[in-house]
Amino acid sequence: MNAVPVRVELPFHLRNLAQVNGEVRVEVAPPVTIARVLDALESRYPVLRGTIRDHDTQKRRAFLRFFACQEDLSHDSPDKPLPEAVASGNEPLLIIGAIAGGGDQPFRQTRSGTEF
Amino acid sequence: MSKVRVLAGTRKGAFVLTADGKREKWDVSGPFFAGWEVYHMKGSPVNPDRIYASQTSGWFGQIIQVSDDGGKTWNAPGGGIQKSPQGFPMGESNRFVYDSAAAPLTTHQWYDGTQHPWEFKRVWHLEPSLTDAEAVYAGVEDAAIFHSKDGAHSWKELPGLRGHGTGPNWQPGAGGMCLHTIVLDPSDPNRIYIAISAAGAFRTDDGGKTWKPINKGLRSQFLPDQDSEVGHCVHHIAMSPRRPGVLFMQKHWDVMRSDDAGDSWREVSGNLATDFGFVIDVHAHQPETIYVVPIKSDSEHYPLDGKLQVWRSKSGGCEWEALTNGLPQKDCYVNVLRDAMSVDQLDDCGIYFGTTGGQIYCSPDGGDTWKPIVRDLPPVLSVEVQTLA
Repeated sequence: MNAVPVRVELPFHLRNLAQVNGEVRVEVAPPVTIARVLDALESRYPVLRGTIRDHDTQKRRAFLRFFACQEDLSHDSPDKPLPEAVASGNEPLLIIGAIAGGGDQPFRQTRSGTEF
Repeated sequence: MSKVRVLAGTRKGAFVLTADGKREKWDVSGPFFAGWEVYHMKGSPVNPDRIYASQTSGWFGQIIQVSDDGGKTWNAPGGGIQKSPQGFPMGESNRFVYDSAAAPLTTHQWYDGTQHPWEFKRVWHLEPSLTDAEAVYAGVEDAAIFHSKDGAHSWKELPGLRGHGTGPNWQPGAGGMCLHTIVLDPSDPNRIYIAISAAGAFRTDDGGKTWKPINKGLRSQFLPDQDSEVGHCVHHIAMSPRRPGVLFMQKHWDVMRSDDAGDSWREVSGNLATDFGFVIDVHAHQPETIYVVPIKSDSEHYPLDGKLQVWRSKSGGCEWEALTNGLPQKDCYVNVLRDAMSVDQLDDCGIYFGTTGGQIYCSPDGGDTWKPIVRDLPPVLSVEVQTLA
């Protein structure tokens, strides 16, 4: 089947890293899944490899979330088809940085700040 | 006239500060990589316009950036300045994978004494080769050393260190289990010193294939066996390239000295008001003149009595004097982190350090007088200085 343009909204820092403004569109062959969208995204913007999911395990980084169509898809299987509205390009897949966090482990967040 | 370029990594981006040899008027550029933590930047001794930077984020992971014009423009290697056909950056330099085939991924000690698997977090320190601008070492958390021979495009672990066998006794300090110090010996390309919090210091004499702990003489009260081979919280090590083999160490507590390439250490804290601290460095032309910034204690990370002081020893330790001229002597409660002190190569030697309060101070006369270059940067994580012709 033909690839379809999927809309993806990146967080601020990843837009800067990829040097893009606003929403991006990537061509994804059906079935449109998070894994396939990320494959296409990383293929087009190689600098994003390792920033959304781990290089090797391909697991989502702990402080990123995936939303679409007012649903939290973060804990879905990366191979589960995305909602039709995303697959058809009507709605974007939102990649969101958690509002809190950014440390690596709960230990860090309970301290007043990382010391070197 | 010579120039100096100060590379400052901060909690919220990188800054490049430049001045002529008088070191009075400064130009400040940045922030680069705004909003990201920049743990460390360092220029190549072979090509000073080649600068490596560690850009990192708890959200998005690790990026290595490289500049070939002295910090004006940056690229994430993997495509360098070349862009994809669509014009997008091609970099992919953030791939740090432990060599689990050569050294199985074992566990290290966690804060509570249990065992915890090794996990890559970030690059703390970048040390460019002394002879090849394309070669650079990276010290990472969880502690390991990586090497790139292609300008930071690709990285390979030197697994002999992590696989030393003492790993289960290494433990994280408050900042994580980080390899934060890499010292290259200019007289012997096969000799490298590294330090890990909290494992201690190690040395290789065969270019990184095998490593030995060099912690004899260190004593750490938080260890069941204070004379343990590993587990010590070494904060920083400095060595004058003019006198390889003589090392100075700021440990968690204690300022230490080794005259035999780390085979043995003796305490040289002497009359320091407190011997807790993070930074230590050596004068560029006087290898017995060393500098520390005493911090009150391991529980109170700020200067004693709110007085920011650099202490200098002109005798390689033991006898110290407080340097205060130009530094705040009341109500100052900043910290100076382990990679945040550096020296230039000019005559007089300039001494520089950055604080968690966002100040970067410069002394153009070996520490006698100090002035802030900038006062209001984000918390400073690292300071390196380049002396340019």
